[in-house]
Amino acid sequence: MKVKLKVRRTDPEHGAAGYSQYAIDMPESSTLLDALIQVREYEDGTLALRCSCRSAICGSCSMRVDRRARLACRAKIITVTGGDEEHEILVEPMTNMPVIKDLIVDQELFFSKIRQVDPYLQPLGPVPEREYRVPNEAMIDLTHTMNCIMCGACVSDCTVLEVDKNFIAPAALAKAYRFAADPRDGHTHERLEKLSEYSGIWDCTRCNMCVEVCPKGVAPMNRILQLREMAMEAGIQNNAGARHTNIFTKSIIDGGRLNEVWMLPGSVGMFNVPRLLVEAPGALRMLRVGKLPLAQAIPPGAPGSHKMQGMDRVRNVVKKAALLKPKRAEVTD
Amino acid sequence: MAVYEHDVLVVGGGLAGMRAAIAAQQLGADVAMVSKVHPVRSHSNAAQGGINGPGVGEDGGPWEEHAYETTKASDYLGDQDAITILAQEGGREVLQAEHWGVVFSRKPDGHLAVRRFGGMGKARTFFVGAITGQAILHVLYEQLMHPARFQAMRMYEEWFVTSLIVVDGQCRGCVALNIRTGELHAITAKATIICTGGLGRVYEPSTNALICTGDGIAQAYRAGAPIMDMEMVQIHPTSLKGSGVLITEGARGEGAYLLNKDGERFMTKYAPNMMELASRDVVTRAEQTEIDEGRGVDGCVFLDLRHLGEQLIKERLEEIYEIARDLVNVDLTKELLPILPGVHYIMGGIKTDIDGLTPLPGLYSAGEAACVSVHGANRVGANSLLDTLVFGRRAAEHAVPWLRDQKFARVPDSVVEDDRRMIRGILDRSQNGDRVAKIRRDMGTSMSANVGIFRSPDKLNQQVQNLTELRARYDAVGIDDKGCVFNTDLLFHIELGCMLDCAEMITRSAIERTESRGAHTRLDYPERNDAEWLKHIVLTRQQDGSEKMSYLPVTITEWQPQERKY
Ligand SMILES: Cc1cc2nc3c(=O)[nH]c(=O)nc-3n(C[C@H](O)[C@H](O)[C@H](O)COP(=O)(O)OP(=O)(O)OC[C@H]3O[C@@H](n4cnc5c(N)ncnc54)[C@H](O)[C@@H]3O)c2cc1C
Ligand code: SF4
Ligand code: SF4
Ligand code: FES
Repeated sequence: MKVKLKVRRTDPEHGAAGYSQYAIDMPESSTLLDALIQVREYEDGTLALRCSCRSAICGSCSMRVDRRARLACRAKIITVTGGDEEHEILVEPMTNMPVIKDLIVDQELFFSKIRQVDPYLQPLGPVPEREYRVPNEAMIDLTHTMNCIMCGACVSDCTVLEVDKNFIAPAALAKAYRFAADPRDGHTHERLEKLSEYSGIWDCTRCNMCVEVCPKGVAPMNRILQLREMAMEAGIQNNAGARHTNIFTKSIIDGGRLNEVWMLPGSVGMFNVPRLLVEAPGALRMLRVGKLPLAQAIPPGAPGSHKMQGMDRVRNVVKKAALLKPKRAEVTD
Repeated sequence: MAVYEHDVLVVGGGLAGMRAAIAAQQLGADVAMVSKVHPVRSHSNAAQGGINGPGVGEDGGPWEEHAYETTKASDYLGDQDAITILAQEGGREVLQAEHWGVVFSRKPDGHLAVRRFGGMGKARTFFVGAITGQAILHVLYEQLMHPARFQAMRMYEEWFVTSLIVVDGQCRGCVALNIRTGELHAITAKATIICTGGLGRVYEPSTNALICTGDGIAQAYRAGAPIMDMEMVQIHPTSLKGSGVLITEGARGEGAYLLNKDGERFMTKYAPNMMELASRDVVTRAEQTEIDEGRGVDGCVFLDLRHLGEQLIKERLEEIYEIARDLVNVDLTKELLPILPGVHYIMGGIKTDIDGLTPLPGLYSAGEAACVSVHGANRVGANSLLDTLVFGRRAAEHAVPWLRDQKFARVPDSVVEDDRRMIRGILDRSQNGDRVAKIRRDMGTSMSANVGIFRSPDKLNQQVQNLTELRARYDAVGIDDKGCVFNTDLLFHIELGCMLDCAEMITRSAIERTESRGAHTRLDYPERNDAEWLKHIVLTRQQDGSEKMSYLPVTITEWQPQERKY
């Protein structure tokens, strides 16, 4: 099978950057990593990339393939090209992290974010003589998160991190879930409080990118949503994200739909005058283009506020959804 | 040039290295860890199946049982004092890992679940789904990220060790290349613990990661430390057709069958009692015999999981379910998986005592790079992870009190200069049409063909000849990349030099041992010969560059050699 590659090159010693194109012959079953290794070993030894395990377990070979972060060792060429031998595969280093050389990026940002979430078990009380007795379901749930191989693909493609370098970012938040949801950990509340601060769980826009690019099914966004739920339940609600969720729910229960006018003050805080002033120009613009229906200016639930038909059914759905929340596992004896 | 100084220098960030670093740090030493890849990229990640936990509750079983089975599987070449320690202290290490946060799979009552591994009479292997090694490695790294440790410890991440420093007959640290800058530095230390893992890439195909190139073993040999049991190379029964990726023994532990092309469970002929779960060397020879006698397909036999059911496969063997799906397009719940034997593990390595200490003062070793020896002629599945934790910790516990009365030696600049000259030599060499990758491939395939499962004198001698030629090609081959930053081309060249050293040691030892024991099968000497060969082969490089071959008796405490039947 013919394989065409266009690889982004960076030569830090000469300050040069550009693309190299390679055309090679590979067996049908090859992965992109096989092809890159073939290039490196027999065509061009200056091509730099990290790789080791060849089986999606060491997390070394993450890179952007046709503008999406993936593991080269899990990217079957046939799947990438759709069988079209003329398709030139674009191979670039991950984004959101500085490039060192060719496909190698500096992952310090990644690991510094992991360190930010106190990534070690903090049990309370005496250590048991044998193992902690905990439900297998809890361990299986955490194993899905421990599946993370720290490849950085999610961090590379996270849309929030792109604009806010302070965001703790998906992998570290998934790691945080691994501790917050570990029945052996004794600091869940403190962890959730810290994670609810700015740059934490409430800053994710739920764009789903991290779920799509993660090669190990960790689904960081879903872990973030679980953390949000845990934080709400733990009563950690004095922050913009939690207030946003509350006013959102209230708005639905009261009126059956989103009340755009009260969303913002409800989220940032009713008396947060400085923040409201900052947002005022945006609100005025929305008003001008008709995105803020003034009929909604009556606070949700107040007499005369807007109500949809069939409200009972809406409320029932909300009530049922609330019952779906899983119970937290605990250490037995 | 900056000179770095530490009490303890751990070379390698796998399980053995991290366990040693944590233990040394807990004892108050100034610790540094150097690793050619970020620690979480280490090959310990690849261990899917599990870790034995002798003595952990009823399931772990009494330690004596584990020790006996380990001894028997080692074909009585394992040293029984070391095996006893492994079995007695192993359970504690498993529990320590659990207390640090490893998410071990549980039984319905919340206690640790176990699965059965080959060579073991009962289920006593603890596991985390199919990611046991990764789960433990990442949890140890979590412990290293604790601010108290992280700030106290120096991590030389992505630094490549090029040689060990020996001054006045004592090891004083290492010379290492900062991969990011291309600069060479001396990292001096009172105690150096080599935890560089295995050498699987000496063979092709291999289940090992590309970084498993035997650097530490070769460097210790060059520094004059004795290297033991090198002929004992474990060839795993189940590696994937094509890439050689490992299919965990956990699959057979959960009940998978081995079938030949006629759909026959051929292990009935070779190990009627233990069947697929006989010791690894036994299963590997059985498979190779089936293939050689024409009952394979395309050089492979088959692993059959279909009867285990979709739920069990996806819950307990998810990793291999994915590997089969993604790499060879096989749905394990419905189809047979083509597998063949693949080189997996080196039982031999840097000779140490039960505290990880080598005969070269200041030099310790643990994990796959070391040879204590607990694995003897054949390692039992799930004993390697245990070995890394127990002896990684013990090495640190011995080194730290010892180094308190030691002083830093003045290290001459020449140690760095020698390596700089070696590197300049490689960079300055012009291209001659040959390639490092070609030499490596030729080495790997010829090692598999000539020093593989069944060994004969003509093939072994042929390999000596091959290695001489490969060495000459190695000395002449140049590289493309002449730069400083992340010159991986250069690293592959240096690694190949280490692999050639290892290949030579394996071949010489295999020629020497004129009997069949464990993983070492000589067609001209098919029987085990306890009268002459109940001893280790030890290779030591002399000051003048010549090699001395010597023997060490096997330590027998409890269990007298018997015939091995499974
Ligand atoms: C596919 C597979 C599955 C396995 N499954 C199991 C199992 O289920 N149970 C079990 O008990 N065992 C298993 N094993 C064996 C076990 O995983 C290994 O033997 C063990 O993890 C080795 O650990 P280690 O710490 O000695 O070395 P490694 O984890 O290999 O670490 C070596 C370290 O040394 C560093 N290093 C090497 N050379 C240099 C250098 N020149 N300079 C600087 N740093 C260097 C590397 O960067 C790395 O950090 C398996 C092995 C394989 C290949
Ligand atoms: S879902 Fe959230 S964390 Fe994931 S990529 Fe999008 S913004 Fe980032
Ligand atoms: S969560 Fe997934 S994508 Fe992100 S680092 Fe972990 S394995 Fe990679
Ligand atoms: S090479 Fe290890 S994840 Fe791809």
